[in-house]
Amino acid sequence: MSHAVPLERDRASLPATNGRWLDWFGVIAVVALIASQVNGVLTSPPDRDMGHLQKIMYVHVPSAWNAFIAFFVVAIASLLYLWKGQEKHDLLAASAAEVGTLFTGLTLALGSIWGRPTWGVWWTWDPRLTSTAVLFLTFVGYLALRSFVDDSERRAQWSAAVGLLGALNVPIVYMSVKWWRTLHQMQSNPSTVDPEYVIGLRTNGIAVLLLLIYFIMKRYRAARMERLAEHLVERAALEGP
Amino acid sequence: MPLAQDLRRVRAIIWKDLTTERRSKAGFNAVAFLGVLILLLFGFALGPDAEALRNAAAGALWLAILFSGVLAFNRSYQLELDGAALEPLLLYPAPRWTIFAGKFAANLLFVLLVEAIVVPVAIILFQVKSVAGWLPAGGVLLLGSIGFVGLGTFYASMASRSRAREVLLPLLLFPMLVPVLLASAEASSALLAGNPMQDAGAWVKLLIAFDVIFVVASFFAFDHVIEV
Repeated sequence: MSHAVPLERDRASLPATNGRWLDWFGVIAVVALIASQVNGVLTSPPDRDMGHLQKIMYVHVPSAWNAFIAFFVVAIASLLYLWKGQEKHDLLAASAAEVGTLFTGLTLALGSIWGRPTWGVWWTWDPRLTSTAVLFLTFVGYLALRSFVDDSERRAQWSAAVGLLGALNVPIVYMSVKWWRTLHQMQSNPSTVDPEYVIGLRTNGIAVLLLLIYFIMKRYRAARMERLAEHLVERAALEGP
Repeated sequence: MPLAQDLRRVRAIIWKDLTTERRSKAGFNAVAFLGVLILLLFGFALGPDAEALRNAAAGALWLAILFSGVLAFNRSYQLELDGAALEPLLLYPAPRWTIFAGKFAANLLFVLLVEAIVVPVAIILFQVKSVAGWLPAGGVLLLGSIGFVGLGTFYASMASRSRAREVLLPLLLFPMLVPVLLASAEASSALLAGNPMQDAGAWVKLLIAFDVIFVVASFFAFDHVIEV
């Protein structure tokens, strides 16, 4: 396989200031997260049924939202890669998939911790829970594919196809699990959220979104640098001593 | 007539794959035997109680089909790679989708033949009393197999050319197949329990939708995937 990548353009797209701005953005994201967590925990009254367990909502729900945003980014970036064939879209898809899988895992773990005292079980075959688990496994497969394929062009093409098909499957999985449950028994459903909690939920949602952007950009930058290093090594090898 | 020529190419690939299989029979024997073995193991795991076995029959049958059938897909490309035949195949002046169509059809026939052995064994081992209509049951089997084989053939085109292909294919394929497994197992179990068709109807629609979406998506994506 040939990597006919113009190196100068690559280096130009990685300006030196980029990293510092990103670090500042990260600081802002973390501060925003801490502030909205503290605000959410201090201002919201204990829930009538769940008591202070309700506070898990401020991490659980934002990470679920943002995991979906991350997978949406994966789908778009994969589509762009298949269309235009530019490496940056592949690297963006990979970065978003990693962070999205992380947040999905976090969602599942927190949901389980919340479910034990509330529903009395660590796990229930609820449609949302089950389809989130399937989504998690789908993208674990995506990441496994990436790590098992060495050739970068091949890895990019293949993971773009797998990422798109995986994203396409999300609504179908959700629908099928929902039917499966309703044909057997009613699904248990957390009640609608009280207005007292809405602001905490929103601010935390935004804070986690900032964190998500920071993680993806940081990962993306690292991936770009890795690729650049590979190109440089390749060029040095081709030029000889 | 370009389409007629393309169909001739598809037929040639089907014939080639099936002839290779017919001459060795190694793949078919192993896969069919593994399917029967999985059914037997499920029987042991679920205990000798006839009622429990009967309730689990559809699920166990579908898992046996998935776990044994998945071995066939990588093999279908592995034989090409072993003989360094994939690249010559790609060099033929024909659209890429004909390769996918040929492999898909050959794998589908292969899996249906395996099912012809595994399904009767499941009916006997799990003491299924009656089937409400053989025709709908066969239809569910066919629809489930199309979804399974379509995605399996597509993912195997990548997995077979990667490191750790034995692990990678099920890891990629099985999460995608959750709707197929749910729909096929539920529809089959409604039919095996002698329920009228309306219970299975929604699942059959879901299976058809899944098959159409993912077979079409695989056809398009295969072009990109086989190229590199």
